[in-house]
Amino acid sequence: MSDQTDHDCTDSDQTDGSQTERHDTGDSETHEETTRHLEPAPITVTDLSLSFGDLCVLEDASLSIEPGEFVGFVGPNGAGKTTLLRAISGAITPDSGTVTIDDTDVHAVSSRASSRLVAVVPQDTSLSFSFPVRDVVEMGRHPHRSRFAAPTHEDRDAVERALERTRTTDLAERPIDEVSGGQRQRVVLARAVAQETPALLLDEPTASLDVNHQIETLELVRELVDSGRTAVAAIHDLDLAARYCDRLVVLADGAVHDVGTPNEVLTADALAEAFDANATVTTNPVTGTETVTALPDAAAVSDTGGEQSGDSAARVHVLGTGTTAASALVRLATAGYEVSVGPVTSGDAAAETAARLAEGAASVSAGDDNSRAVETVTVEPFAPLSANDRAELETHIRQADATVLADLTLTAGNQLVLDPLESVEKPILIETTPLAERNGVGAAARERYEACRERGVEAGLPDLLDGVEGVLSGSGEGTVEVDSSSPAVEADGAGKADEADGAVEANEADDRDDAVQESAVSREASDD
Amino acid sequence: MYRPGRTISWSAGLLLLLVVVVLVSAALGPVRIDPVTVAMAALNAVVVPTSVSMNTTTITVLGFAIPLLVPAFEYTAVFSFDVAGSHQLIVETIRMPRIALAATVGFSLAAAGTVMQGFFRNPLADPSIIGVSSGAAAGAVAAIAFPAIVPFGSIHLSAFVGALVTAFLVYAIATEGGRTPVATLLLAGVAIQAFLGALISYMLVHSGDDLRQAVVWMMGHLNNTTWSDVGFALPVALLGVGVLGAYVRELNVLLLGEEDAHHLGVDVERTKLLLLALASIVTAAGVAVAGVIGFVGLVVPHIMRLIVGPDHRILLPTSALAGASFLVATDTIARAGPAEVPVGIVTAFVGVPFFLFLLVRREVHSL
Repeated sequence: MSDQTDHDCTDSDQTDGSQTERHDTGDSETHEETTRHLEPAPITVTDLSLSFGDLCVLEDASLSIEPGEFVGFVGPNGAGKTTLLRAISGAITPDSGTVTIDDTDVHAVSSRASSRLVAVVPQDTSLSFSFPVRDVVEMGRHPHRSRFAAPTHEDRDAVERALERTRTTDLAERPIDEVSGGQRQRVVLARAVAQETPALLLDEPTASLDVNHQIETLELVRELVDSGRTAVAAIHDLDLAARYCDRLVVLADGAVHDVGTPNEVLTADALAEAFDANATVTTNPVTGTETVTALPDAAAVSDTGGEQSGDSAARVHVLGTGTTAASALVRLATAGYEVSVGPVTSGDAAAETAARLAEGAASVSAGDDNSRAVETVTVEPFAPLSANDRAELETHIRQADATVLADLTLTAGNQLVLDPLESVEKPILIETTPLAERNGVGAAARERYEACRERGVEAGLPDLLDGVEGVLSGSGEGTVEVDSSSPAVEADGAGKADEADGAVEANEADDRDDAVQESAVSREASDD
Repeated sequence: MYRPGRTISWSAGLLLLLVVVVLVSAALGPVRIDPVTVAMAALNAVVVPTSVSMNTTTITVLGFAIPLLVPAFEYTAVFSFDVAGSHQLIVETIRMPRIALAATVGFSLAAAGTVMQGFFRNPLADPSIIGVSSGAAAGAVAAIAFPAIVPFGSIHLSAFVGALVTAFLVYAIATEGGRTPVATLLLAGVAIQAFLGALISYMLVHSGDDLRQAVVWMMGHLNNTTWSDVGFALPVALLGVGVLGAYVRELNVLLLGEEDAHHLGVDVERTKLLLLALASIVTAAGVAVAGVIGFVGLVVPHIMRLIVGPDHRILLPTSALAGASFLVATDTIARAGPAEVPVGIVTAFVGVPFFLFLLVRREVHSL
């Protein structure tokens, strides 16, 4: 093991400082060739255990990271992500187990030797003093320099390349304490690049950055990996981890819980197990990678919202498309409601979410999980609602104990959905955008929609569950009354939709007034 | 990137300043001697130690073996300028030893202060942060008040031993399992200083007729300096600061924090021990011969950091040289004024207002 290290060191010594190399510096082409092509190193962690006092932080963690991979460590807070990284970097010595980088035991060699194998981008670097950025990057050359030698051309070139690569050349003369957080992160990354190591470790490289700089930083790491480095990063943002990492290591309670590609590892059950989180995994329509959406705990929700959601599944139908509907679906499904949605076109966020939810429900044995199957009425885009779809929709709405209008968009194609709505005594409306932006078919439809709003309840996404609970519990007796009158309304509505004439509208309005009165009565009754 | 040329030109400039300050200082006093005569007298005596020394410091000296033996200087007269005998005597045996010692102590304290501030990443750190000065004072006061009990012949040696024992004690207390957290070191240093302060007070109370001598020693003094004092402090200062000079890049990297420094190839604990030991030895040698002289080690590095920046590759040599000039200048004020006062009082009187001025102007901030 140590032979190997010595060998490595002398090798790099020769390339760093040999006279022939310096003669070549005029010919920068070959010069860059020799240094830029790093051989990515494999990283092997074997049975690593570590405890701080009585607290066991890592327990028999084993991992094998291939050369040229970008691996993300994910896991809940306190899972041991940072500790594992620090153990790999050699910053802390494990109680037992070994870490090898490029077949060298990092804990058995000097810090100088290990710092030639692995560079670390820490979560926060104390950089309160005013060194120029270039000098900070130059510190990355420390492992390669001998004590009394002035910086070689090799060193200077490496620093300039690192600055260029991280797009910090413009900042080079600025004091490090006067650059922004995002720039500072790039400078620290530049320092690690200048270190020219075959492996790179990053501890939460995106933790304190805004969304733009997060992407920028990870793009940069990706580039570095693609040009011949092995990178390991602890990333708490699962979406970003899924988007940029080749493989993810899920850590939980100091142990390696799962290893695999993002789509293998990021599943609702895995998240439930490792993170104890109630989350759904969907495909991000933009990046095509996994997106994790954590939701309030189902148990906590049923505590606050009422009891029946957990045991006997109430049915809720969601009318609407897009992210609002998707979000409503997820909240309802994870709170234990039996959910249907439609009409939606395939490819829509709501449809995708419904599909994922259905998948998730199928993979979990029945009764084991709160999620339930989602029935979807899928329609052709831009086509009028077919008779079949309409019938299906009516069935769903009739069977549903509550109906949610999630930013319902009214188009020539789907305005027929307003007909079955007539039978719904108290729809729940989520409106994140004004109706005017969602209405493509004129005043008649608007009035009918507004009538829904009149007799319904409005809820935001966060208090959607409360709204649904309210409707379900509040109309316990009322439903019966409404049901008795609803067939007539339904029959009426069926005939009128096509005509959309003023007189009929007026009639409808009357009907609706009745309905409002009825619901008021029912509310009074239930209050008693 | 760092340019060695800048360090060389700054050091050369400050060295020149030191020579000028030394000549002017030697000219001032109860007997006025013009600086040219001083220069000639000095050349007759041949000893211009700092300028000679700078070229020879960076020979490969590794490890901790700092010889405490006083090397024998050969005083061969290279020059023979025509200087009045009394002037030659005043310059050579009265003023020059004192000035040389002031320069040596200023050099040591400023260099050690620079290292301690960088090491502790704390703008409040000074050379005696881990109790070196308190230890020296305790040793000296013990030797003054209870000469019968203290086994060392001289006050200097007693102070030197007291300083090193204290530094070692603080280090040993703060070290656990091979690691020495900087914060623990600081706290241990403060605690030991408080304890030694009480011990010194106790000894002073029982020192009787020796009280005045002890108090003057503690205030910092350079009077009655002989060449043997210089012979003790100067080699230690040059060797110590020379070896520290080989660790300036480690000091820079340590500013990033210990874990970062480890990842950049610094053997953190070993480097910390070495820096601490060298800075303490250099400080101890200075304090042992000159008493507790405050503020040189605190203020001079801050001022130089404002001027040349935080990079220790330029900060350490320039601070050390500026510290030498500073202490020679303040000691001149101390001895050439209407009544002689301990130099420690003058450094505080001069240094503190200047430091506060910088502080109010917000020019001094953390490292």
